[in-house]
Amino acid sequence: MSDTHAQTVAFVRDTMIPEQVPPVTERGAVKWLRENLFNGWLSTVLTVLSLLVVAWMVLETGPWLMRSVWDAGSLSECRRIWAEAGVPAGACWGVINDRLHQLLFGFYPPHLYWRPVLALALLLVALGPILFPWVPRKLIWFSAAYPFMAYFLLWGGSIWLPVSAALGFVVAGAVLVLLRPLGTLPATLAAFLAPLLWWAVAAGPFASVMSDLLPVGIEFVRSDRFGGFLISLVIGVTGISLSLPLGILLALGRQSDMILIKSICVTFIEFIRGVPLITLLFTASLLLNYFLPPGTSFDLILRVIIMVTLFAAAYMAEVIRGGLAALPRGQYEAADALGLDYWKAQRLIIMPQALRIAIPGIVNTFIGLFKDTTLVVFIGLLDPIGLSNAIRASSDWQGIYWELFIFIGAVFFVFCFGMSRYSMYLERRLRTDHR
Amino acid sequence: MNKSTFLGTLAVGALAAGIASAQTLNDVQSRGELNCGVSTGVNGFSAPDANGVWQGFDVAVCRAVAAAVLDDPNAVNFVPTTGQTRFTALASGEVDMLARNTTWTFSRDVDLRFTFTGINYYDGQGFMVDRGLGVSSATELDGATVCIQTGTTTELNLADYFRVNGMDYEPVPIETNAEAQQQYLAGACDVYTTDVSGLAATRASFENPGDHVILPEVISKEPLGPLVRHGDDQWADIVRWVLNALIAAEELGVTSTNLAELAAGTNNPEINRLLGTEGNLGEMFGLDNEWAVRALAVGGNYGEIFAANIGEQTPIGLARGLNAQWTQGGLMYSPPFR
Repeated sequence: MSDTHAQTVAFVRDTMIPEQVPPVTERGAVKWLRENLFNGWLSTVLTVLSLLVVAWMVLETGPWLMRSVWDAGSLSECRRIWAEAGVPAGACWGVINDRLHQLLFGFYPPHLYWRPVLALALLLVALGPILFPWVPRKLIWFSAAYPFMAYFLLWGGSIWLPVSAALGFVVAGAVLVLLRPLGTLPATLAAFLAPLLWWAVAAGPFASVMSDLLPVGIEFVRSDRFGGFLISLVIGVTGISLSLPLGILLALGRQSDMILIKSICVTFIEFIRGVPLITLLFTASLLLNYFLPPGTSFDLILRVIIMVTLFAAAYMAEVIRGGLAALPRGQYEAADALGLDYWKAQRLIIMPQALRIAIPGIVNTFIGLFKDTTLVVFIGLLDPIGLSNAIRASSDWQGIYWELFIFIGAVFFVFCFGMSRYSMYLERRLRTDHR
Repeated sequence: MNKSTFLGTLAVGALAAGIASAQTLNDVQSRGELNCGVSTGVNGFSAPDANGVWQGFDVAVCRAVAAAVLDDPNAVNFVPTTGQTRFTALASGEVDMLARNTTWTFSRDVDLRFTFTGINYYDGQGFMVDRGLGVSSATELDGATVCIQTGTTTELNLADYFRVNGMDYEPVPIETNAEAQQQYLAGACDVYTTDVSGLAATRASFENPGDHVILPEVISKEPLGPLVRHGDDQWADIVRWVLNALIAAEELGVTSTNLAELAAGTNNPEINRLLGTEGNLGEMFGLDNEWAVRALAVGGNYGEIFAANIGEQTPIGLARGLNAQWTQGGLMYSPPFR
């Protein structure tokens, strides 16, 4: 058809053309920009708008931050420094310098600051075996003992109070092991009741007898001396660590076949979820006083911790129920087919999978709980936000506004961002499917 | 439900507890500590300093009572209370007395079942505006936007005042004084209204206090004073007469510098009765006769406490005004010590 033929063509290339660089719009930064920032007119408009917003924010806050003053004892001193330098007002971080110890520890006695610091350091050690697989497993016993050590360090007083409280759990464990041959239900029931009996009847006399025999203790610090981030962390950490087990129990109770347990759990969860946290806090601070007999002063921080824990536990229960619901029915049947009893099935088959599914929700609840601790400002507890009001009420620092909020926000961000990154790490580590 | 009705219901509920604990003095003495409710922070009236020690004009009343009753001005457990929690804290017995710039009103006294034991500061609601607006009287504020703290009597006073004068305003609700400062300085409202003492303290913290003017109109009476629960008159008497002792001491010229000298005995029988060298006034309410000496030794008399915390030499710079002695044209007037 054609007369084209190798012999008739004057020239045939016998080597490849060397590779050319792609056109400038299809490579490097320009390509990335075109694809990610200027991909179509809508994207271009949004990019330009975002850039303008960022530029505006930098222009607004940048110079303010550049004129930061760290070394000042009062706002008027800051203003004098700016006036001498002939610049407009900037950020006066002197307030953080001046009141840092108060923002961190509240009214905790300064010569005892080492105790909360040590408690925080030990907290990191205690979290190790729970959070990371490469930490020696034996350390889990330290983690179990940590709550009692932390109580002793933070509040002080006689060592026998936390010891006798801890013995309640030892009693529970012993009963569970001893009564195991009698069957699961009686053993579980006895393991619930025995420590309650211990705490109600024997723990008090035990603690007082032992502190007479062997008075070991450190200086007692009342909880109204707690404040600042110390109070946030105490409420947050206690709430977080108690709400997870409580939430698991509530979630299991809600799925139970036993009508009484089921209805108790459902009522509790729905009641708590239906009531704002601030209402519960006001109940803790105001109403409980009326119900308790006059003269009993039930520690306010303890009341708040209990309320916050119950609140978080109800949410946690629903998050975990979501995880349970996502498990295929076959997993339950497989556990039954293996002849596992209820608790073993939960511990070995169901919970590991359900909790893994629920991790984002669980951490979400944790972060929310930690940030919700600032609500205690409304019942007069001096958490960081409450202290920022108190600090502004001194003549030295009245008029300071953003610096305190920025500092408090930054500290909260560190904690919450840490939790969020850890949950991502955990999700990656536990990803056993092959997506 | 109306807030005061709610608090009233709570307070009635606490009545049983109130009657049961009619022996506040005994409770305080056996505890060795006075639980005193203060605000969570009002400049000059109560605020913790950098060392965590509470300072201020209201705090000084707590310390004087503690010194009179317990012989130790530092034996006070300061309980920070918010506007919402203060009355229940007192009614439920969590605090023995409240010194928290609280306005003495009929319903608080009668319906909430508290006893106001005197007035330590006569305040009133005022207005602050930018000098640049050229406003010289509150009657020129028609159509203004007003920054106002929600849930306080100031909100009601403001509405009353503007209605009576046939003016309109647009409220900008705010929660705290610090927030109000930000909103006002940022121009979110033309006018900031709260008690005049608060306005003065706020203005003192501005970069250019001279640019702002506090209008001459004071639209409400805000008599601020310490209060205790109904039902324990002995305790109410103690708090009332400690405050009176501070006020009377100023009138009689008893100061922290000449206290020791005068407490040895003088020619003035009134001073002698006050300081316990004549008569047995202290024993009448269950204390010893040096109670007033101890109360005065803490921070001096009323005038000295005023000058040290909120007076003209402090950054807050309040003039005595209505709070001068009655002999100086003010309203501070202690019944006689006889």
